[in-house]
Amino acid sequence: MTSLWGYAFVHHAIMVGMITAVVAGAVGYFVTARNMGFAVHGLAEMGFTGAAGAVLAGVAPEVGLLSACLLAALAIGLLGVRLRERDVAIGTVLAFGLGLGVLFLVLYTRYATEAFSILFGAILAVDAQDVVRSAVIGALVLAALLLVYRPLQFASIDPAVAEARGIPVRLMSVVFLLVLALAVAEAVQVVGVLLIVTLLITPAGAARRLTAQPGLAILYSTLIAAGVTVGGIVGAVYTSWPVSFFVSTLSLLAYLAARLGARPARA
Amino acid sequence: MNQTPDSIAADRQIGAGALHAARDAATHPHQPGAAVQLEDASLAIAGRRIWTDLSLTIARGEFLVVIGPNGAGKTSLLRVLLGLVPLVRGRALVHGEVPRRGHPAIGYIPQQRAFDPEIPLRGRDLVGMGLDGHRWGISVRPAAHRARVDRILDLVGARGYADAPIGRLSGGEQQRLRIAQALIGDPSLLLCDEPLLSLDLHSQAVVVELIARWSRERDATVIFVTHDINPVLRLAHRILLLTGARWGVDTPDRMLTTETLSSLYGVPVDVVRHRDRVAVLGVDVGGHDPVPHAEHGS
Ligand SMILES: Nc1ncnc2c1ncn2[C@@H]1O[C@H](COP(=O)(O)OP(=O)(O)O)[C@@H](O)[C@H]1O
Ligand SMILES: [Mg+2]
Repeated sequence: MTSLWGYAFVHHAIMVGMITAVVAGAVGYFVTARNMGFAVHGLAEMGFTGAAGAVLAGVAPEVGLLSACLLAALAIGLLGVRLRERDVAIGTVLAFGLGLGVLFLVLYTRYATEAFSILFGAILAVDAQDVVRSAVIGALVLAALLLVYRPLQFASIDPAVAEARGIPVRLMSVVFLLVLALAVAEAVQVVGVLLIVTLLITPAGAARRLTAQPGLAILYSTLIAAGVTVGGIVGAVYTSWPVSFFVSTLSLLAYLAARLGARPARA
Repeated sequence: MNQTPDSIAADRQIGAGALHAARDAATHPHQPGAAVQLEDASLAIAGRRIWTDLSLTIARGEFLVVIGPNGAGKTSLLRVLLGLVPLVRGRALVHGEVPRRGHPAIGYIPQQRAFDPEIPLRGRDLVGMGLDGHRWGISVRPAAHRARVDRILDLVGARGYADAPIGRLSGGEQQRLRIAQALIGDPSLLLCDEPLLSLDLHSQAVVVELIARWSRERDATVIFVTHDINPVLRLAHRILLLTGARWGVDTPDRMLTTETLSSLYGVPVDVVRHRDRVAVLGVDVGGHDPVPHAEHGS
């Protein structure tokens, strides 16, 4: 069993998993602070359509995934669309996108495995090139977050005063959507479109139960995301059950533990 | 009533709010000492007139209370001064300059509902945003930042709960933190949008006293939008009433009369004074119920 650790694919999976977890944990903090859970779903679904379209066109699905996520983010940001659960129009467009993706894949039935990996993740199939791409995208996301950290935080939590203080609140939304698109594309590799929440929302949701200090919340969020991702990979390597199953299970457990563990009382 | 700054007395001629009185002020030259000047200022939002030909000079150190029914454009007036909304006509000056976003001399307390109880933020983080939240990157001098935040927290008496999750604090505690956030930039002009909304009487008194003290000690100008005049009656140098169709500005004694208010509202109202309190009967003076008001356009 331990011999599995000698395989390059396990190393690649761990590396991509760690990078993704750090990205998802940090971005997740802002997703929860901005109440953007629905945008995460939306971008992931558009990403699926893009990946499926890429397969149909004979392009690498990663390229389709990434460009569809970025395009959707740009469109949402520039049109100033408000992503709310209640919004029937957006929900309908997204469902249409998913339907289109399904059609693309059925037209090319030999790509059923591609569909499965986009929907549920394929972290154990990543190669050295994927590691490099993940690292580049991850560095880009973290650099962007670091650069806009204070104004993004201000605009996310206190938009009325942030605007008055001269922060370009709209620009911050667009920047964050683009960052989110990159993070979604990363996380899809690990847990797939359908389980995206498990990396991009749950760890941050657990972390905010543990602390109200933003810096610490981001740290906890990335640690939890890293823990469940590595745990998921290890679980899958030993059992040959899907990684996504383990990641989502561990994520749920982390969330429950954080909920049950007392939040810091008033100082 | 407080002492009225000299320069305010000169501006009283705007009088009890007839539209015509406003014409005089329009020909006033720019007053160098004025904190805020509005000259024939008109505002329309989405093609709808909000207020028209508003002319008003607010002196440095003046405490101006703004009242008026919901939708009369009180919040919009503050947004004009913050440089967030352009006038359709006339001109507005803040410290002699055209309003611009991020003016460092302005402290702003927005009309705000309570924070989400789950929000991952402490009171000191909110206050810190007022200091350097608009800067790029992350804080490079956390010790100096912290010291300044602590100083202002002490000033408003919020140090004791500054490390607790802000969403778990009471409305009064949250409002103290908002005041600290507005004061940390050392403002000489404070724009307060219904800061007493849904606070209990004790918290209302605390909030009013904090703002009044800042105004007194720093000679800071205060524009205070409120739905209830009584908590600020003894501090108000003048009251500005916006009713949509008309507006008027004058000292509380002259403004809060049955005749003046009836003519401004265009319907008969009764002003009843009982000891230190004033009740206006027959019309909504301000944002009526202390109900959280949805932010526009956010
Ligand atoms: N961004 C906006 N879009 C559309 N209408 C707005 C916007 N902001 C304000 N309004 C309208 O302008 C009027 C004045 O609003 P406001 O200044 O908030 O009034 P007040 O603060 O006195 O209640 C209201 O009728 C409001 O509906
Ligand atoms: Mg208002």
